[in-house]
Amino acid sequence: METTWSTLQDFSPIDLGVITANWPLFAKGLINTLLLVLIPLLLAVAIAVPLAVIRAQRVRVFNRIVFCYTYVFRGTPLLVQLYLLYYGAAQFEFVRHSFLWPVLRGAWGCAFVSITLCSAAYLTEILRGAIEGVPKGEVEAAKALGLSGVRLFWLIVFPSAWRRSLPPLSNEVIFTLHGSVVASTITIVDILGAGRMLNNKYYLAAEGLVTAAVLYLALTFLITAVFRGLERKYLSHLKLSRS
Amino acid sequence: MTVADTADYLPFVLRGIYVTIALSVCSLLVATALGLLGAWAKLSKFSAARGMAETYTTLVRGVPDLVLMLLLYYGGQAIVNRIGDATGLWERAELDPFTVAVAAIGVIFGSYMTETFRGAYLSIPRGQSEGGKALGLSGWLLFRLVLWPQLMRNAMPSFTNNWLSLMKTTALASVMGLENIVNKATAAGRATHQPFTFIAIVLIIYLCLTVASDVGLRVLARRLRVAETI
Repeated sequence: METTWSTLQDFSPIDLGVITANWPLFAKGLINTLLLVLIPLLLAVAIAVPLAVIRAQRVRVFNRIVFCYTYVFRGTPLLVQLYLLYYGAAQFEFVRHSFLWPVLRGAWGCAFVSITLCSAAYLTEILRGAIEGVPKGEVEAAKALGLSGVRLFWLIVFPSAWRRSLPPLSNEVIFTLHGSVVASTITIVDILGAGRMLNNKYYLAAEGLVTAAVLYLALTFLITAVFRGLERKYLSHLKLSRS
Repeated sequence: MTVADTADYLPFVLRGIYVTIALSVCSLLVATALGLLGAWAKLSKFSAARGMAETYTTLVRGVPDLVLMLLLYYGGQAIVNRIGDATGLWERAELDPFTVAVAAIGVIFGSYMTETFRGAYLSIPRGQSEGGKALGLSGWLLFRLVLWPQLMRNAMPSFTNNWLSLMKTTALASVMGLENIVNKATAAGRATHQPFTFIAIVLIIYLCLTVASDVGLRVLARRLRVAETI
């Protein structure tokens, strides 16, 4: 084991020792990245479900408003949205005196808010597409059985829609992971932040960033694998009908 | 802190639009070239080419844009310096952030374009190339007259999506010091103590670019579809 490690180090173009010696830094980065992805995603789902219903049902006036929200957040870079909150919010006296200030004062609050709002915009459109994709026959059959309103939605439409949205949802989770790196530009030590910190500390060019890239790659593979499992479980009925 | 100050800095920020658009267009060209090459490799009968293209798309799409960009910037700089040291040709060459950004964004979106063109090629009905062959076309002519026009048409929707996200990705180049609109707006915001005003302007500019591309490409897609209906 020892000898394998030293031969590996001899042949490696980058210094592996400095990476393993600083593993707590990367562990901290990994935990922060997970927080920056999981918490906003949960909040985003909670926001996106009602908004997607408004879009799919074409609720008057609200549909327009929600569309504007999703268009603006999907049509502009997350980095600029984050900067607007982080650097911009303090420009206004009333923001600094409002109840929002404790959230918007620090980097973490701004990162959570902007990642959540951006993901919610994408999720809204994904779920809208899925709700609209629910076969009419299923809804009509449910109505014939006497279901309506909220019960029709929760028992028939939603279970069918969220299964259908699994494949695009997998992409969205990966996008959120990849988008979360913007947090490192406002002093948060996520995986990329840890990598940049290592590079700055030891005047390195590649080591920290390569480690960050490998960690992100591993997380991406993990997400893909989890969703493949979910799809096998929840979309198996679709596969059967296709063959 | 006055309105006059804001107006003074506006031209300075707006000049950054040029950098952003130039970066987007140059990266798109690189990405399209890499995408066509990648799609050709993925569809080729050589397993080595298929394997290389598969590795390329999997690796690049698994790593966040900004990580790859910074890696290329700092890692590339180190490699350039090391080559300089070894050969003695140059003392210390500085990598230009614009060139690095074009390369990085080009490589990243080249992987998405690979999937775009591969999918577009696969959705051309087999009968099309068989029909072309029956008419005596072969090789280059078959590709140029029969397959290429359909490839472009099929690729349009996904190409549009890639372009829209590519434009947004250019904002990240400000992190490695490229003086695009984001970079200039944060500088102007600091100087005038009006960060919100300037960053909001950038947000609106990006939104305008998105709307313009959205509308423009939709018109183009409709014109490409005309051939289908005839």
